[in-house]
Amino acid sequence: MPEPLLGVRDLHAWYGESHILHGVDFEIRPGEMVTLLGRNGAGKTTTLKSIMGIVGRRRGSIRFEGRELIDLPSNRIARLGLAFCPEERGIFASLTVEENLLLPPVVRPGGLGVDAIYGLFPNLRERLRAGGTTLSGGEQQMLAIGRILRTGARLLLLDEPTEGLAPVIVQQIGVTLQRLKREGFTVLLVEQNFRFAATVADRHYVMEHGRVVDMIPNGELDANMNKLHDYLGV
Amino acid sequence: MTILGVPTQALFGQLLIGLINGAFYALLSLGLSVIFGLLNIINFTHGAQYMMGAFVAYFLLQWAGLGYWWALLIAPVVVGITGIALERTTLKRLYHLDHLYGLLLTFGFALIIQGLFRHEYGSSGLPYSMPRELAGGQNLGFMFLPNYRAWVIVFSLAVCLTTWYVIERTRLGSYLRAATENPALVQAFGINVPRMITLTYGFGVGLAALAGVLAAPIYQVNPLMGADLIIVVFAVVVIGGLGSIMGSIVTGFALGVVEGFTKVFYPEASNTVIFVIMALVLLVRPSGLFGRAS
Repeated sequence: MPEPLLGVRDLHAWYGESHILHGVDFEIRPGEMVTLLGRNGAGKTTTLKSIMGIVGRRRGSIRFEGRELIDLPSNRIARLGLAFCPEERGIFASLTVEENLLLPPVVRPGGLGVDAIYGLFPNLRERLRAGGTTLSGGEQQMLAIGRILRTGARLLLLDEPTEGLAPVIVQQIGVTLQRLKREGFTVLLVEQNFRFAATVADRHYVMEHGRVVDMIPNGELDANMNKLHDYLGV
Repeated sequence: MTILGVPTQALFGQLLIGLINGAFYALLSLGLSVIFGLLNIINFTHGAQYMMGAFVAYFLLQWAGLGYWWALLIAPVVVGITGIALERTTLKRLYHLDHLYGLLLTFGFALIIQGLFRHEYGSSGLPYSMPRELAGGQNLGFMFLPNYRAWVIVFSLAVCLTTWYVIERTRLGSYLRAATENPALVQAFGINVPRMITLTYGFGVGLAALAGVLAAPIYQVNPLMGADLIIVVFAVVVIGGLGSIMGSIVTGFALGVVEGFTKVFYPEASNTVIFVIMALVLLVRPSGLFGRAS
């Protein structure tokens, strides 16, 4: 079994006085696509932000390619080859579509070229001069994913990329994720929609109250459906 | 020859004065806008930093024999570095607080700096002569145009437009604009946002110092030169819309000209016209002529 690309051990995180993560443990191996499932408020988004270094305070251990990230500022973490796509997408209104796409600096060789990104998301090419936030919700999501593919980051942290999108666009994002997996990207995906998650992921970690409480390989998802319904309250 | 009963000589003379004042309004309000956009701080020290630019030019000449052109290069860097020290030691602690705290702190610094200079150099101006190369002027037929004044207008316009270009059209500018909207995300893309903020403050302060060097041969070097000017500049910034780059430049020059013409047609109002316009703009468009409503 290969060494984990990312290993999270006993991760605690706080926003101001509120203690959100209470000792999160999980790991991701190179080339895997792993989801974090759980109810609202379970700590999924906070886990992604903690890995990326954009929460108030954190403690524990986050190792990426054997390097400890817990004390690094987020710009240094990004330079090591991690990239984050936030739930609210984070498209900049004062930047054009093209400027948004070219904003994240290339941190490593091996990222997708701009043409490859337009190949994945042809809509973007037609709107390059438009203001970033004049795009539709689906197009903004494509832009948010597209711009981190350029950077050469090998671990992508995606926070609910399908939230609030039309089924045809969810499908397009699913195709994109499968393509990324084939190209060797490692992905940590936060997803409310576990039916979507099941179409792309290798394994699922379930979070409750700021901890990882279970791990379900994708192949055993059907057998664990009752348990999962319990966890997610659906 | 007269236009609307006013001799053209007087009209163009005031237009020139208006453009000169406008050049200073534009340079100073541009720096304030750049700083406010990224730091969220209303830099009340700006007038004092403008004055410091003029004083550094004066010191360079007195102590080192370095003239105007060297001052134009060195003063913005020196004053910019003092700004960076200020940002690193104090301002950076205020970013998460309301604008009011930054305003109070920078206002306090302005009073301290101006007080120190006034203590040392009194409040009568120190002379600073214009560079030999720009002495004299051109007779344009309808008016006499002093070379130095033409230089101030052209140079400050060039600096303003270059700044606009860098911020609105380059990769570096896209980092700045993006960090103005969402600094945490820009930093999570691998950009050292705290360092960018520090350098931006240094740059804005450097612009103020540059304006101070430009002003030295015209207004002399005076510890209170910035205190008088900065109040008008804040009115300009309010009219243009805080944070808008092109808005600062256009409003700066335009209000200088409006002020100049008011001196011709209704001299009694020339000191207040900008504040009257400010009041009207605040009533109709509180976010300023070029500002985005937030």
